[in-house]
Amino acid sequence: MIDPFGSLIAPFVEFGFMRRALAGCLALSVSAPPVGVFLTLRRMSLMSDAMSHAILPGAAAGFLVAGLSLPAMTLGGLVAGLAVALLAGAVTRATTVREDANLAAFYLISLAGGVLLVSLRGSQIDLMHFLFGSVLALDDAALWLLGGISTLTLVALAVIYRPLVMECVDPLFLRTVSRSGGPVHLAFLALVVINLVGGFQALGTLLAVGLMLLPAVAARFWARDLGGLIPVSMLIAALASVSGLSLSYQFDLPSGPAIVLAAGALYLASMLAGPRGGLLRRLVRPRHLEA
Amino acid sequence: MSSGSQTQDPIRLVGLTLGYDRHPAIHHLDGTVRAGDLLALVGPNGAGKSTLLKGMAGEIPCLDGRIERSAAVAYMPQADEIDRSFPLSVLDLAGMGLWRRAGAWRSLSRQRGPVEAALAAVGLAGFEARPIGTLSGGQFRRALFARLILQDCSVILLDEPFTGIDNRTVDDLLVLIRGWHAEGRTIVAALHDLAQVRAHFPATLLLAREPIAWGPTARVLTSENLTRARNLSEAWDEGAPVCAGPRVEAAHDHGAHEHGAHDHGAHDHGTHGHHPHEDAA
Repeated sequence: MIDPFGSLIAPFVEFGFMRRALAGCLALSVSAPPVGVFLTLRRMSLMSDAMSHAILPGAAAGFLVAGLSLPAMTLGGLVAGLAVALLAGAVTRATTVREDANLAAFYLISLAGGVLLVSLRGSQIDLMHFLFGSVLALDDAALWLLGGISTLTLVALAVIYRPLVMECVDPLFLRTVSRSGGPVHLAFLALVVINLVGGFQALGTLLAVGLMLLPAVAARFWARDLGGLIPVSMLIAALASVSGLSLSYQFDLPSGPAIVLAAGALYLASMLAGPRGGLLRRLVRPRHLEA
Repeated sequence: MSSGSQTQDPIRLVGLTLGYDRHPAIHHLDGTVRAGDLLALVGPNGAGKSTLLKGMAGEIPCLDGRIERSAAVAYMPQADEIDRSFPLSVLDLAGMGLWRRAGAWRSLSRQRGPVEAALAAVGLAGFEARPIGTLSGGQFRRALFARLILQDCSVILLDEPFTGIDNRTVDDLLVLIRGWHAEGRTIVAALHDLAQVRAHFPATLLLAREPIAWGPTARVLTSENLTRARNLSEAWDEGAPVCAGPRVEAAHDHGAHEHGAHDHGAHDHGTHGHHPHEDAA
């Protein structure tokens, strides 16, 4: 530990699997946090957690049919996640129960069903893989998938950015000027699901939300508007990926939790030191202005 | 604004019943909002003013009858659903009004001039970069009026636009509304301040679920009419019988140009006689 910078990058220089893990996490770091920024601004943070659990039975069904096959598990996860998001939305419109309650019901069913499905055929190790991912074992196909998800997310966000912001701020106004509100909301839900499926590859169902939400929440302590929040959240996610992977290598820790914990540490640091509403800022209160 | 709306009535209400859960909040209303009207909607709470405006804006479906709209409508609701904690600048909020011109992708940077002009017109020059969460109630209402200016619609619906706003802001906004009227735009506003209505609104529709009177303000806001409006029941009768009144065919294409509107409208309108209920006055 004489050269901290060297020890930070050495594992990535030396080992291919570390480089692949880093590439996968960086791809995830530019796509998931912007989605998370919109989720937190729409007060849908917990909803993404629910959807990440919903992916499990789909991926498990893919696993039952085809074993540990990336396309089967990805497709299954996508279908299950979208189905739960759409079903919860449809049930909410058709009944008087609120969307969060419906989502909670659906995700509990999915999580239990998913664990049951994996246990039917798989071992404990398979179950651990599902729940916590396997970022150190990303193969070419998984990297292509993560890169593709990242590209698709950024392009889609650019396309729906303006109506999405309007739908967040003033849905009633968007309804009166355009019919795009519904499709934009669905497109956004789809982005949440595909990013969770991507996160599932690297971090597993239980932690996939980590790289989506923690950087987004942390960014709110640094930036005031969307133009700042999105890049700051990407930066925080990238930092968490590099430091989490490096620490997991140095101290022989499981990588998924290490990355999410690194993001968590950055969140706590932001909460303390961030210039926008950080706790330390509250202790030092400069005198008020004249106008 | 489009010149076509000058010749056609922008909003016609035909046997209109609006409501919630089959209970009417507006019951069998007929009438025409003429191009260039400056119409006040007056009535007690629960009279159906907001419901009527929501219907005109296309927010809620008709229970019976139809609303024929021939022009783009800008609508300012009473209780907006705006999330003021969202990190958005005043410039961006007002800029939403450009949606019809800019859509989802066209550049807004070239439109900065018009947006700044609209903000200046409502007295918010210099507020462009302020987050919307830092505005006072009056300033926020001004920003919403700037968005209405940018929407540039020939029909403007305002639901209690001056509630909770100080006199100076109200006066400024009334100047703006009179300016729209002078430009030939059609304005319908739900209001509670009768003095304000008498001073600024040439036409009034007095509602109490049923239309009480519709016509020139002086002839509508008589003490007799106002008493009738107050006395009409606000009760929500769970056991109300099914309405036996005539059914009116619903329009298939709502909001599009209705050619039928012309033919029907031609004879039953005098100089300012909008509708059959005026003789009730």
